[in-house]
This record gives sequence, structure tokens and C-alpha cells, in this order.
Amino acid sequence: MIELRDVHKAFGENRVLRGVNLTVASGSSMVIIGGSGTGKSVALKCILGLIRPDSGTITLDGQDVTRGDRDAFLARFGMLFQGGALFDSLPVWQNVAFRLLRGSLKRPAREAREIAVEKLRRVGLKPDVADKFPAELSGGMQKRVGLARAIAAEPEIIFFDEPTTGLDPIMSGVINELIREIVVEMGATAMTITHDMTSVRAIADNVAMLHDGVIKWTGPVSEMDHSGDPYLDQFIHGRAEGPIEAVR
Amino acid sequence: MSLILAFLASIGRTVLAGLAGVGRFTLFATETVSHLTRPPFYWREFGHALVQIGWLSLPVVGMTALFTGGALALQIYAGGARFNAETVVPSIVAIGLTRELGPVLGGLMVAARVASSIAAEIGTMKVTEQIDALTTLSTNPMKYLTLPRVLAATLAVPVLVGVGDVIGIMGGFLVGVARLDFGAATYLKTTLDFLETWDVVSGLIKGSVFGFIVALMGCYHGMNSGRGAQGVGRATKTAVVAASVLILAANYVLTEVFFSA
Repeated sequence: MIELRDVHKAFGENRVLRGVNLTVASGSSMVIIGGSGTGKSVALKCILGLIRPDSGTITLDGQDVTRGDRDAFLARFGMLFQGGALFDSLPVWQNVAFRLLRGSLKRPAREAREIAVEKLRRVGLKPDVADKFPAELSGGMQKRVGLARAIAAEPEIIFFDEPTTGLDPIMSGVINELIREIVVEMGATAMTITHDMTSVRAIADNVAMLHDGVIKWTGPVSEMDHSGDPYLDQFIHGRAEGPIEAVR
Repeated sequence: MSLILAFLASIGRTVLAGLAGVGRFTLFATETVSHLTRPPFYWREFGHALVQIGWLSLPVVGMTALFTGGALALQIYAGGARFNAETVVPSIVAIGLTRELGPVLGGLMVAARVASSIAAEIGTMKVTEQIDALTTLSTNPMKYLTLPRVLAATLAVPVLVGVGDVIGIMGGFLVGVARLDFGAATYLKTTLDFLETWDVVSGLIKGSVFGFIVALMGCYHGMNSGRGAQGVGRATKTAVVAASVLILAANYVLTEVFFSA
């Protein structure tokens, strides 16, 4: 279980997180929604330790994430970055098997490649993609490779940062389906941030809405449409009028 | 009064920002060196960096040394003629190249070629979240990106300087023999007679220090790159300028240490 308690983070004068409280149960899929610049990515990066919060606590199964063996902690996570974040200088299979080629999970190169090809197949890519470089792939294929990399070491927890941004609706649907299938199949805990309401409905067990640096609403996805929360209602229906000020 | 205070405050802010920058750079350099003794070490990245920094810089360093050696021979001949001292050409070319021009010009050429490419590559990796991805994949970016490059440059640049010394002296030799009517055997004998081991070794040590500076500046500015194309462009420019200035400053300090009586 991941727990954030009163987490604050500011960048200079800009107070991005102003006391975030959130609980993500093990094996569940939590989707965080909210407008651009509301701190969704910052919250995710705080959990991973990529950004240090100014105050508050973040625990994973009761353990403070800032203490203990960092490698062992990170080995429990997989992450799909918004732009894929594939390493340009490495072929696709080495991107996917990156974790399996070095560090505590190191395996022989041939075995790592076999696993990479299998994970690529799992996300719907053919083996001939393995030897290509990321720059030779389309945006949708790069997302799939990123997804294959995120699941390559079979992590317990997977983070998805805007998994469908920049993709056409069909490719978005494919990625959403893959994420749902993989999370269910692996029994992993998933945390996704997105603006895409179709993704929310396809991926989420639970939804949390982040606005003004705090969680405005959280609950099961089935209750999202009847929450009665004016912020959530405005966001999910995409209305210009409401408590969330739209910059025009 | 308030205008004076504002002026003083702006100076204070600039000084504080400068000191903070020096502090951050010092911590970065210390952390880089500290990883030398802590596994893992990424041999493949080190080998790749050796090829990129050492082998692929050879043409530009070699050409620089060749033309510098030739021009130096012409200048020393023209200057020496005023004192009937044309015979010093071989020895001054050799000493000038090995002690000063070889390491400094070699270092500056490597700074232009390598600091820029390292800063641009790492800066792009930063803005495309590849550095964050490395961390989430349990790989320390300092170990994976910085240490192999810094170590490779520290070891490769003195080799480049040594090769550049030989090519530069050959440039002087070619001009001396073809244009200034020196005998080939006399030119080479004078060069070897006057050149001391310390002349060469001091230049190689300088090369090693300059290599360290070049790679470190490239990595530091890449890792601290701002967002977007403009941020990467600024990081690249700053890396080259800072590396070049530091090379010249370090050269003066090393020359004081090595050669002041």
C-alpha cells in the first residue's frame, strides 16, 4: 500500500503540492486526474524519490520511502514515462531489458534478449522491432516499448505518466487495454496520471482528483459520475464554467 | 538611497549565486570522483566514451598540431632572424609544443568537440526524462553517464596530446626542411638534444587535467540543463565556454607549479 500524508512541495514561489493525502491499496489501479500543472507528475516523482518533498511522509507498505535500500525499493517499481524516455543510443531490446542487463537483476545477454522479445510480443510488437533504435519507431510504438520496459522486470508497482498523450484514439484504446490487461494479469498496483477521461474509465479502480495542490475528491470510478463534487463534475464533463478557473 | 541599496543588493545576489554555483560544481566533482571507488563500474559505457572522446578527436587534434607546428617554425625563424638565432627553431618548436601549445590547443579543440556533445547529449536526456528513467531502472546517472565520460577524457586527452606533440613537431620539421633550408638530420638531432623528458611529461599531465575539466563541465551543464531546446542550447554553450576558460586558467596555474623557479 502506498500512502501520502500531508505532502508539500514548492518550486520557489510556486507551491505545487499543498498537503496531499492519498492511499493506494495494493493490487488496485488508482488514476489521478487534474488539470495541467496541478502537480500530478510531481506527486508521482515524489513517491519514486526523483523529487524530494518539502514536508509530509510517503510510505510504501508502512516503510518511509526516503529510508532503506534505494535499489531494493526501486526494483519494486516500473514506470512508463509520458514521452517514453527510451534511451536513443540503445536498440529497442536493450531498452526493454535495461534492468536485466545490469545491477542486481542481471542475467546473461541472451536470456535478457529473450525476455525483452517476449515483453515486446506482450505489448503487440513483433520481434523484428527488437533491433531497431527508438528514433525509427512511431509514437505509439515508442509508448509500447516504454510499456514493455516498465513490465520487463515484473515489478509489483507500475506508474503510468500520461500513457495516451499524443496518440490517436485507436492507439489510445490499444494502450489503455494493454495497461488494464497487464495490471490484472500481473496483479500489480498501478498508479496512472492522465487528463484523458476515456483512459480513466478504462484503467481505473479508483480515481483521485488533484486540484490546487490537494486531493479534492477520491473514490471508486463507479462513483465518479455521481460524486456531487463541483470540481470533479466540471473536470470530467470538460465544462469551461465552474469552480476551476480556465485561463483563456 | 534606495537606488544604491538596490544596486548593492543586485551585486550581493550575483555574488551569492556565483558562490552557490561554485559549491554545486564542487559537490558534483566530488561525487563524480567518489564513484571511482564504489561499484558498479560500467565498462561498456567507459569503452564507448574512450572511442568518442579519444579516437574520434584524433583527426581534429592532429590537424591542429600539424598546422600549429608549421606556423610556429615560421614565426620562430622570422623572430630568431632578428638576433641571428635561426638555429633555435627546432628546439623552441619542440618545447613550445610539448609544454604549452600541444596541451592547450589540444584541450581547447577537445573542449569544443567533446564538452558540447556531452552537454547536448546529457541535456537532451534530461529534458526527455531519460535521466529520471535511468534512476527508476535502479541505475545511478552519475555512475552510468558521468564517471565513464570523465574517466575516459582524463585518460584519453593526454594520449591525444602526446600524439599531437609528435605531429606538431613533424609539422615544424616539414616547414623547417622544406621552407627554411634546415637539414633533416640536423633538425631532428637538435630537437632530440634539447627536448627533456619533463617537457613532455608536464604537457601530458596538463592534458589529463584538461580532459577532466572538459568532461566534467560537459556532464555538469548537461545534468543541470534547462527545459526545452533553448535550455539544452544554453547548457551546451556554457559548457564549452566554461571548459575553455577553465583550461586556460588551469594551464596558468600548472605552469606556475611546474616551471616557476
